[in-house]
Amino acid sequence: MIALIARRIIQGVMTLACIYTLTFLMVITVPGNPFRQSERNMPPEAERALRVRYNMDNNWAYFVQFLSGAVRLDFGPAFTYSDWTCNQIIAQAFPVSAMLGFLAILLAVLIGIPVGVISALKRNSWFDFTTLGLVLIGISLPTFVTGAGLLIVFAVYLQAAPVGGWGTLAHLPLPVVTLALPFMAYIARLTRVGMLDVLSADFIRTARAKGASQRVVVWRHAFKVAFLPVLSYLGPATAQAMTGSFVVEKVFAVPGLGQHFVNAALNLDPGLIMSSVLVFATLLILLNLVVDVLYALIDPRISGAL
Amino acid sequence: MAVSARSSRWPTRDAWRRFARNKAARIGLIVLLLLAAASVVTLPLSIRWYDLQQLDTAVRHGPASSPVVDQQRYLEALERSSAGKVAKAIAPVGHGAASWLGHDDLGRSLLYRLLPGFLVSLSIGLAAAMVAVIIGATWGALAALAGGRIDALMMRIVDVLYSLPYILMVILLKIALTRPLAELLGGRTKYADIVVLFLAIGGVSWLTMARVVRGQVLSLREQPFIEAARAAGAGWWYILRRHLAPNLVGPATVYATLVIPQAILQESFLSFLGIGVQQPVPSLGRLAADGVQAVNTFVGFWWLLVLPCGVLVVALFSLNFIGDGLRDALDPKSQAATLV
Repeated sequence: MIALIARRIIQGVMTLACIYTLTFLMVITVPGNPFRQSERNMPPEAERALRVRYNMDNNWAYFVQFLSGAVRLDFGPAFTYSDWTCNQIIAQAFPVSAMLGFLAILLAVLIGIPVGVISALKRNSWFDFTTLGLVLIGISLPTFVTGAGLLIVFAVYLQAAPVGGWGTLAHLPLPVVTLALPFMAYIARLTRVGMLDVLSADFIRTARAKGASQRVVVWRHAFKVAFLPVLSYLGPATAQAMTGSFVVEKVFAVPGLGQHFVNAALNLDPGLIMSSVLVFATLLILLNLVVDVLYALIDPRISGAL
Repeated sequence: MAVSARSSRWPTRDAWRRFARNKAARIGLIVLLLLAAASVVTLPLSIRWYDLQQLDTAVRHGPASSPVVDQQRYLEALERSSAGKVAKAIAPVGHGAASWLGHDDLGRSLLYRLLPGFLVSLSIGLAAAMVAVIIGATWGALAALAGGRIDALMMRIVDVLYSLPYILMVILLKIALTRPLAELLGGRTKYADIVVLFLAIGGVSWLTMARVVRGQVLSLREQPFIEAARAAGAGWWYILRRHLAPNLVGPATVYATLVIPQAILQESFLSFLGIGVQQPVPSLGRLAADGVQAVNTFVGFWWLLVLPCGVLVVALFSLNFIGDGLRDALDPKSQAATLV
């Protein structure tokens, strides 16, 4: 197992190198540059000086310079926010997003899985149809709509939560729920499909025949198999949730990482684009590794294929 | 689902029969077609209406049958900051079909913005799905047919692209494509924007398609009927056209129906960011995002948020049901895999 994990880590580092090169190529081929954005109309001399200052007049030199910085976990300056380095921005915003995203995924799993299991067991009951409707609404409504709805009901009318901001426990529930909803809906759907698939399998009939109780059949025999697709969905989902959602951050005024993804891209800020891409990709690779290890623990048949 | 006893010779007709038997899918298709028909028929009216601003009155009217907010009186009441007087500023007004669903802050008919908005969203979804299918199917089929090291390299590229953040890539693609396309279309940026949108959304949505098609081609390649065709002396182009392509239509269609609702949602996010379709062109996402803003200033403007969201949900519901129906119809073996 340890040798396999080591191999996966080496693979991951190679993938990161590919992602870095690809993102770099994309950033330098997209027309426009960070010094020519919006209100900052810079004299050409100043722009040239800045380009020389940051080694950006020579693409290869910039490529090597950023890479050598990134290896030492130093991502250089962020042009979008003057006087901020990418490191400072990430160090400030990532913990916020990571906490929000982790809680959202936790909530999505804690509610989505029981809902999926129950609606599979009570197939075509009113519970099944109601949750199906709710699940489809959860998937269909854009986050900015659900977020605004929650905000109006709970923050404006009931005044049960602050309208926005970050820092106290009271700030958590609304953004966490908003972020969790689409994930919850998808997990419920995946669980239901998986359970329906498994419950008609022969080994479930065998388990029932030997007299296993409903609880044992459902949770020990069926759920273990039905959980596998959910598990592989959780890897990318957690990475996505933990790197922040622009919409949730905008609606609830949360100082997270998601806004920087968008602002970096809109401002064509090379340092911030590449550092946020690298943070996301690293998290994704690590979480996929965790998922694979858990997969092997749950399903011994595939431990060799890791 | 038992295969029909009087199974016809035409797999497409069988599939259609299976699809038509699925109630949810049938209703979804009818609703979607009705909405699309209504949008297309009213297009001569609505295109004029959504450009038509009534700035001289500049009032937001609610739906005809419900109380209406007169913005002028609402603002006056708000200045005096008394909830009772805000309620008194609400008085019924109504004129013709254009005001059935009320008006927005520029006095434009919401009905005549929703209908073309639905059409714009649906076409962005369809076009993005088409782009995703074309790129993905070509990529996946080429990888599977080339095999060996080229296959490994091509799928490795897909893996790498998978680990890039979606929203960032859409924005970068959109920035990269906007200027060349606007030049190509001779400055008609209104339309260039829509084209760029579906190119960008389709350009990042093809990855799963490539994996699906590659898997399908790989398993088909080993099937006896392909071997038989080869033994009978069929050329590779003939095999691709007559034997591989028809077998790819099913999975490709099923996946495409998953991309359409996703693309419509993506468009709404981009509209929320302010880089989706540009005013005055409406889309469901654009209208919902505007609605959020309107409701944030005063909850009394509820219809500007609720109605676009309603249409969005109905459209995405229908598309999801149609997708599940198609999956059952085109891939009877994997019917357990239906997500509904």
